[in-house]
This record gives sequence, C-alpha cells and structure tokens, in this order.
Amino acid sequence: MTSHPNELLAGLPHPFASGGSSFFETLRRHAPDAVPPVMAGAIPEHLRHLLVEGTTVLAVVAAGSVVMAGDRRATAGNQISRGDMRKVFPADAASAIAISGAAGPAMELAKVFATELEHYEKVEGEPLSLEGKSTKLAGMVRAHLPMAMQGLVVVPLFCGVDQRTGVPKIFEYDPAGGRYLATDQAATGSGSLAARATLKRLADRDSDTDTAVRTAVEALYDAAEEDSATGGPDLIRRIYPIVAVIDADGYRELDDEVVAATIEAVVEARRPAR
Amino acid sequence: MAANFYVAPEQLMKDRADYARKGIARGRALVAVEYSDGVVFAGENPSGSLHKTSEIYDRIAFAAVGRYNEFESLRVAGIRLADVKGYQYAREDVTAKPLANAYSQALGASFMGGDKPFEVELLIAQVDERIGTDRDEDTSLELFHILYDGSIVDEHRFVAIGGETEPLTASLERHWEAGFTRDAAVQCAVGALSEAAGRELTSDVLEVSGLDATRDRRRFFRLRDQALRDAMGA
Repeated sequence: MTSHPNELLAGLPHPFASGGSSFFETLRRHAPDAVPPVMAGAIPEHLRHLLVEGTTVLAVVAAGSVVMAGDRRATAGNQISRGDMRKVFPADAASAIAISGAAGPAMELAKVFATELEHYEKVEGEPLSLEGKSTKLAGMVRAHLPMAMQGLVVVPLFCGVDQRTGVPKIFEYDPAGGRYLATDQAATGSGSLAARATLKRLADRDSDTDTAVRTAVEALYDAAEEDSATGGPDLIRRIYPIVAVIDADGYRELDDEVVAATIEAVVEARRPAR
Repeated sequence: MAANFYVAPEQLMKDRADYARKGIARGRALVAVEYSDGVVFAGENPSGSLHKTSEIYDRIAFAAVGRYNEFESLRVAGIRLADVKGYQYAREDVTAKPLANAYSQALGASFMGGDKPFEVELLIAQVDERIGTDRDEDTSLELFHILYDGSIVDEHRFVAIGGETEPLTASLERHWEAGFTRDAAVQCAVGALSEAAGRELTSDVLEVSGLDATRDRRRFFRLRDQALRDAMGA
C-alpha cells in the first residue's frame, strides 16, 4: 500500500451519501478493478466443463438456534472436482452463509458479504439487524444477475439469530435476488430436492439443537444417495460435512468427531436388521 | 482587485499550528497504556455512543482527540482503506505502518496546503502475537502518534494525546510498569486521568477500549458498564 495522501482522502465519507457504510460501494468507487466486470455473451462450450460447481447446502431451525450444513463435493462437468470443499461460512458472529452454484463467484460472494457486514459494523459502531443483512445479500445476488444469465448461477442460503429478539431465521434466495423467509428449513443446490423431502419430514421448530443437527445430517445423507453431485461422508479420508450452529452464543462449527458420531448414528439406524 | 498581503511562511505555519493546537486543547485528553497482551485506551467521554476510539481492522485500532467531525471522517477513511486492502490481498497484509503513513500524509497535506489544518491528534496501534514465551521480551505492540501537522512519532509504553498532557505523562511515568495485566493498565490509565482532572472519574464518564493479542481474529475490545467497573477494581 503506497501512502499517497489522496488515497486516504479519497475515502473520506461524504455526508448523507447513500451506501456510505457499504464495503461493496467503497470497493466499486476506490478499486473498480476488483469488482467483476459484466461480460458479454455466454460462457463458451470449451470452458463450461471446467467450471467448478458447489452442490447441496441446507439449514434447519431449532428452538433458539439454527443449524446450517453442507456436503463437501464440488463438480466440474461430469467430474468430481473436489472432495473437501467448504460451502458454509461464518458471515459474522451471529449469522452464516452457505453457497451453491458456480463455486468461484459463490465463494467470492461469501467473502464480500462477510467483509460487508464487518465493514458496516466498524463504520456504524453496531451490527446490522438480521433482516438488514438478508436484504443486503439479496442486493448482492441481484447485482450478480448478468453473470447468472451467462451460466454462472449463484444461489446462497443465509441464516442467523436475530440479536434483538433471539429468533432464529433462514432466508432463501433465487438467482434474480428474490429473498424468501423460510418457515423452518431450506435447502439449495443440486441435491436440494432429496434433502428437502427429508427436512420437511423431520424439521421441528421446537426441537433442541442436537435434534436439528441430526436432521441436517439425515437430509445431507439422503441428498448424497439421490444426487450424484452431492458427496456423502468420506469415511476413508475422514472428510465429513461441515455443520455450523448459530445460537445465542454466536457461530460455531461442530468438531469432526461430533459430526462423525452423528453420521454413525444415522447410518446405524438405516442398516437393515439381519 | 484586493491586494494580497505578504505573510512570511514561518508566520503562516506558526499561525496554522497555533490554530490547530488551540482546537485540540479544547477537547479532553486520551491516554494509551501498553500491557503484556496489548494496549488499553482510556479517555474521559461522557457520551456512550460518540466514541473516540475504534476498531480499524483485525489487529489495528484507532484513537483520536480534537474535533469530532474531523476525526470521525478520518476514522471511516481508515476503515475503508484497510478493508479494501485486506479484500484485495490478504488479511495479514493490512498493517498499521502504511495506515499511519497515510494519515500522516493526509494531515500533512492539509496542514501545508489545505483550507485549514485538521484539529486532531491520532493514535494508530497494532498488536501481534508474541514471538517466543518470554514475557519480558519487547512487546509486539506498535503505536504511532500522528500530530495535526502530519508529524509522526513511534511511541512506547504509554502516551497521552490532546491538550494538557504534561500531568498525564508525569503520572503515567510514575506508575507504569512492564508486564502490566489488562486490568492494571486500565487502573493506571484511569488513575492518571483522575489525577490530572483533580477528581475521581467513574465508569459512566469513561471510554475504555483496546487491543488484546490473545483474542482470535478481531482483537479490538471495548469495556463498558460492569466489565469496566470490574477492570477498574471499583
């Protein structure tokens, strides 16, 4: 970073400027090169099979907490590209974002969104409301629409606990930036159809967190069985789904041993009796 | 046509410096005290929401005295600079020195050529994990003091910024010890402020914050209400 006086002074805020607390606006103004350009035309065929796609992520509400989980598989064309991909990220201390769709832009979206929330919190002195965070994310998905139309579709899932009321919420999105408040569960990505069937059956707003974790793992397991692009638990390399819990204490991820034990219990219950 | 009167450059600089110094002296002073895991900022500030200290980035904090509207703008500009840099490179690439330099350049440019100099004094601090386990080793704290004219001083142990700093510095000089705990640093800082003010300062008129290297990613902390009373041993 050079210390040219204008570089800092360019960042001096203008009174009453809209977007004054937004990181994305600041980036657009001060580092336009860092903002992805709007391309013309669709992704050419010879590149299409190289694009990495992330698959199934889901979230389940419990009493006073929300559980978010994602499998670890990424695909490129008909190949399995990665078996250890991370699709669940902390957005801030009290919320999480999970991504599905084109992996590159999706991970970028998660990073910009987390920076956006932290930036707002630092500039304003207090964090955004959960509603405000979800609206901000909708705007960012909408801004991504031109890329979605070229085939780089990104669909996030957002969840968190409202710091003022303590109510856990899940927000779903569509590629055009539509934002929908889910009742008690949501899933997105290629395996979401199978995951949703299980979630609908098992999700319970009044259950405890452990039950919600079990529900999330059950649903991911079903998605992996039905959908080739969703990875099951990799017992050989010990790569398990990422399971995050957000409650009054904030965001935390479950240890691999805990997730492994839950998977073990799920598999045991499904094993046919001899 | 109005005639331009000649003013000697020395006189011009002196007038500007006097102007800035007077503006700064109107506000209350602020102290920074180093302790074993970081730094504590303390200042008299009856407002619970108009802060003089702030988080800038993971390891970097900001403290200021002087004109609120001016240092608030500078604070936001610093956050923007840090966030844009951390986004474009890596979080660890955001450090205090270039930021302090940017502030120094901005204040200097305004002092020499602007409409009026900034009436502010700033502190930029950065804490890093201690290398090695020896508690008496040089701490990993960097503390830059930037004055209204853009001059920049690398501070150690403690520093008082603002108007009447002599009694504060004298008190800190007497009471500061290496290897302070956080609470000892808070008590040392509040003691110096109380001594200089000539009355016992209570938690409701104090703004106390700092950086703690033992925290995870975001190391800035703010002590309020009961947490502050506990730290003050009150």
